[in-house]
Amino acid sequence: MAVAVSLPPSPAVVPRRGQFLRAMPAKAKVGGAILAVFVLIAIIGPAIAPFDPSATNPLATAPAPPTLHHLLGTTSTGGDVLSQLLVGLRSSVLLGVLTASIATLLSMATGLTAGFLGGVADEGLSLLMNVFIVLPALPLLIVLLGYLPHSGDLPTAIVLSALGWSWGARVIRAQTLTLRGRDYIAAARETGERTWRIVVFEILPNEVSLIAANFVGTFLYAILTSVALAFIGVANFSTWNLGTILFWAQNGNAFNIGAWWWYVPPGVAAALLGMSLVLLNFGLDELGNPRLRDSSGRRKRHQRAWRPTDPTPVERRGPAT
Amino acid sequence: MQFIIRRLGFYAVAAWAAVTVNFFIPRVLPGTPVEAMLAQHPQLTAAAVRALDIEFGVGRQGSLVHQYGAYLSQLFSGNLGVSTSAYPATVTSVLGTTIPWTLMLVGLATIVSFVLGTLLGILAGWRRGGRFDQLLPAFTFLQATPYFFLALVAIQLFSNDWHLFPGYGGYTLGDHIGFNGAFISSALRHGILPAATIIVTSMAGWMLQMRNVMITTIGEDYVLAAEAKGLSTRRVMFTYAARNAILPNIAGFALAIGFVVAGALVMEIVFSYPGVGYTLYNAVTQDDFPVMQGIFLAISGAVLLACLLADVIYVIADPRTRTRAAY
Repeated sequence: MAVAVSLPPSPAVVPRRGQFLRAMPAKAKVGGAILAVFVLIAIIGPAIAPFDPSATNPLATAPAPPTLHHLLGTTSTGGDVLSQLLVGLRSSVLLGVLTASIATLLSMATGLTAGFLGGVADEGLSLLMNVFIVLPALPLLIVLLGYLPHSGDLPTAIVLSALGWSWGARVIRAQTLTLRGRDYIAAARETGERTWRIVVFEILPNEVSLIAANFVGTFLYAILTSVALAFIGVANFSTWNLGTILFWAQNGNAFNIGAWWWYVPPGVAAALLGMSLVLLNFGLDELGNPRLRDSSGRRKRHQRAWRPTDPTPVERRGPAT
Repeated sequence: MQFIIRRLGFYAVAAWAAVTVNFFIPRVLPGTPVEAMLAQHPQLTAAAVRALDIEFGVGRQGSLVHQYGAYLSQLFSGNLGVSTSAYPATVTSVLGTTIPWTLMLVGLATIVSFVLGTLLGILAGWRRGGRFDQLLPAFTFLQATPYFFLALVAIQLFSNDWHLFPGYGGYTLGDHIGFNGAFISSALRHGILPAATIIVTSMAGWMLQMRNVMITTIGEDYVLAAEAKGLSTRRVMFTYAARNAILPNIAGFALAIGFVVAGALVMEIVFSYPGVGYTLYNAVTQDDFPVMQGIFLAISGAVLLACLLADVIYVIADPRTRTRAAY
């Protein structure tokens, strides 16, 4: 929001720093809070893990239920589930952030260029986006990641984002197309601003919520896809992440023998992480489109029953502009 | 007119891209189908290997351009090659036995999920914050959970613990495949759990999109006018608001039908369901390149067909696309 200072009067009302947080819908706050916890664990998790996640106990014969010593029980080889979870979250979150960053940069570059320049550049880039949208991502990922030598999160993130950028690019292009026709862009052009300046300082700030939503969506796609790939057996099994923990749990028959402490924590962690991202996206949606806001809390204040065709109630804060 | 030409150009380029990606897959990946067969049958003689080389056309004779030309001409004559893992079955016959399973199960599940999700979305959008709107977070939670985790839990509960439905395969092994009562009822029983997991996890998307467009549509003047005329709530909701709000969902549905063939890959692996996804998974683990290539072509073809369908439906359902060139 720092660039807002240099903006000419623009259609989007940019709240000041303090107001911005308060204006966030409740869903976004809850989602952001859960996500913050996960990011914190990703940073400090390996440091606070009580055991070495890969350590095995030669005496162990079966997975042991939670005890005070092993808060989330152990695997069939005596590994500590809590430690695996704390260490593994870093890799999963890192992969999500990396994929979302690369894919969002790609979709921003192509979407903005195609939408703003139009003409031949638009035709070519749109074609490219549409071709990538119809490529079947998961089967292609299995083949690519299953055979190409890969060792870390970065190569996986690159392949994931190469197959996941196109949808966001289309959305950004469409939004850029509508913004391009606005009066303030024409005014900027008349004053002789350079094209890249108009795109970066006039158009980009008005697409922040869209781009953020796209980032969050790609984050979720990366987490879900990487976990699914690990389950199928396409992953680096010398590292720990949510997918590999679940893979070993499935391989160790955790589901059949009822060792819930082995498979429920990573599954619920993945679901919570996904849920926090979805909530964050709901909130970003509502930020861009106030009509979508849940009005159930507001309805009680009205005397008569609220009808769906009533105009959207808008709450004013501070002096009206 | 310009719109149609542009779309046709897109289909041509997309089809070419799919075919070309398919051409490069076995050339980028290490190993050849013959090496994969050798690993399974080490007793093959050098002469047999040579014969297989010719049979699979992987001797890599000539330049890349030459190979590409040969590949294209084979493709146009409908020859997809021979499976190495199920030798001597042709890839076409492998596809023929697996595609119907996926098409029936995932296709039906997609339709049910679309209808249910859209209906719930209409109701949720009509009364924001109402009873149906409260369902949305629950379904979204299910969608944000890794699918296979939910599916494994479902198998554990419904199949292993309560013995309600089978959780493995597409039919009772030993049944005679065909149009007889025993086989059909067995196939139906085997399909319930996979279909239910797909429906439950994919409904949130339809519901959310329908709800959001519905809310925007309700604010339109013609909906207010319909209310003011004193039309029944149901008529306003379905004939005025939902009818206009459903367009994006229909376009999404046409695309989803295309992804049916590729779609529930993880589902088929979890349930060992005899469809395209499970076959692709087996082909990857057994280095069966011809089958992999065939499945990729089938998937790409299905998606492109669905795109065409989406275009046609859009032009029929939304008169504006007929006059305006912009897409």
